[in-house]
Amino acid sequence: MSFSVTEPSRGTKWFAGLLVVGYAIITLIPLLWIVATGFKSPTDSIAYPPIVVFEPTLEGYVNLFTDRTRATPEMLEAAGPPTTWYEEITRNRGTVISGPSRYGERFLNSVIIGFGSTALTMILGTAAAYAFSRFRVPLKDDLLFFILSTRMMPPIAVAIPIFLMFRNLGLNDTHLGMILLYTAVNLSLSVWLLKGFIDEIPIEYEEAALIDGYTRFQAFYKVVLPQAATGIASTAIFCLIFAWNEYAFAVLLTSGTAQTAPPFIPTIIGTSGKDWPAVAAGATIFLVPVMVFTVLLRKHLLRGITFGAVRK
Amino acid sequence: MAEVVLNGVTKSFGADVALTDVTMTIPDGSFVVLLGPTGAGKTTTLRMVSGLDVPDHGQISIGGRDMAGLSPAQRDVAMVFQQYSLYPHLTVRQNLEFPLKSPNLRTPQAEIDRKVSAVAEVLQISHKLDNKATALSGGEMQRVSIGRALVRSPLVYLMDEPLSSLDAKLRADLRIELKSIQADSGATLLYVTHDQIEAMTMATHVGVLDKGRLVQFGSPREIYENPVSVYAASRLGQPRINILPADLFGGAPSRATHIGLRPEQIIQGEGEDSLVQRVEHLGDQTRLHLIFKAHQMITVTNAHTTLKEGDAVKIRPNKPYYFDATGARLA
Repeated sequence: MSFSVTEPSRGTKWFAGLLVVGYAIITLIPLLWIVATGFKSPTDSIAYPPIVVFEPTLEGYVNLFTDRTRATPEMLEAAGPPTTWYEEITRNRGTVISGPSRYGERFLNSVIIGFGSTALTMILGTAAAYAFSRFRVPLKDDLLFFILSTRMMPPIAVAIPIFLMFRNLGLNDTHLGMILLYTAVNLSLSVWLLKGFIDEIPIEYEEAALIDGYTRFQAFYKVVLPQAATGIASTAIFCLIFAWNEYAFAVLLTSGTAQTAPPFIPTIIGTSGKDWPAVAAGATIFLVPVMVFTVLLRKHLLRGITFGAVRK
Repeated sequence: MAEVVLNGVTKSFGADVALTDVTMTIPDGSFVVLLGPTGAGKTTTLRMVSGLDVPDHGQISIGGRDMAGLSPAQRDVAMVFQQYSLYPHLTVRQNLEFPLKSPNLRTPQAEIDRKVSAVAEVLQISHKLDNKATALSGGEMQRVSIGRALVRSPLVYLMDEPLSSLDAKLRADLRIELKSIQADSGATLLYVTHDQIEAMTMATHVGVLDKGRLVQFGSPREIYENPVSVYAASRLGQPRINILPADLFGGAPSRATHIGLRPEQIIQGEGEDSLVQRVEHLGDQTRLHLIFKAHQMITVTNAHTTLKEGDAVKIRPNKPYYFDATGARLA
């Protein structure tokens, strides 16, 4: 009978597998329900008991991307037969398409603000973390604690002062304002995470680069950055997820030009009755960028979330 | 290739004094080995010359140029670190090319290729050039890291125990290789080690450091044959010099408290009886552990000796060293 410390037994593997699969099912069911609801008809979406097998329709997606007006049979007659598949769907409900909805713009706002603030956070965070890690900064420990302390209250607690500041600075409902706000919220955690990753990189590499004829900045750029890539990628994912999903500030500070998708999606429901499929479709599409971003960076993430504790 | 001069160099890290008033001239084209135990200030001296650390007091000049305020890149030095020296995200080839591609040098690619393959050849790493640096064994990593210094032609090479992580055979090969590279190129090399064999075989000059002070500087032979103190005498020689009370044999100068006897300063077959405590056959020589008037000492005898434990051997000192109470050499 062989015994190994590193190789688990068959039973252990089965148990671990079941545990993981069970957990995945529990967390994924709401997600699957959202995706499925997006393809249901409004009637199916609120049916009780809930319907699992249904006839899929793109009505939710059509409603998400269009604004429609109710039309009388005479008006429908006058408009002639529908020319596209999506017009056909709305005609069947007795409505005509009056134009595109605002979902596209709101989604684009989310992309600009989410990725913009993540990029800005990474640039500032990496620079600050590097300085804290490598240079003799006066009051270093106090400053680091102060930076972290900004996360000790829920960000929304300072909503009113921020609202007033934004109004005075003309930052209300602007992309720049939201990018700055999310950067400010994310920066403290980023500095701490990134400092940990940079601390793990032995300073000898930079010293070697200095002696090899490079300047301090070139050593940072050519030697430290590539090695911190894992940490930067996983920190970026955390920041993007926060900025992407943020709801409270977005409701408060944006209403038009810079409104992001999270405050917009619930408003879909009010435009034509309880249109749950359109809301679900909006949520489904909203999930995609973060999923793609995370999948692209997943090999970094797996190593990154150990917070650099394991060295290869 | 340049002369390196340290003048009154002092450095402290907080309350710890790492170097005190070190003055030393490293002649152009010499191979200088700094010898001393951990904490003696060897690595600190290297870092001062490289520009990674700056002295609190004193001057350093390379090739007659004062180094004050110059960055490592501006000093044109190459350094081999004891560990952690290869860029882990690059291949072996990229590691070797790295210094040649620096903004200081901007070497043309053809020249880079030529130098890299020449150095790889010498260090026997040609077949590993396209491996990731992290996929190498410890010995290979250290050879690449030596190679990264050798691809350049800096004013001074600085090496911090470059051979310490290698196995014995490779160390012996690279000792000879390094020495011949240095002798052929006429490069100035400052080398830190605590391995006395490296010091004896490669150095043209040895600097003995003791707690941040340079206690003796000279040729390896000079330091071996004419040490200034007990400490300097103990740095070189295998087996180590025997330090015994001065009056053990008689004839000591008046202020002497200790007598120092290297194995070859103990004549066997004459003088007073000592007891053989242990016999170590090393193949080419045999070590004798002796007890003389209740004091232990070690000496060397011929390889085929018939002496064994419990035998008596007559010994007497021959031109011994005498040291005073502070450890300084008297005669």
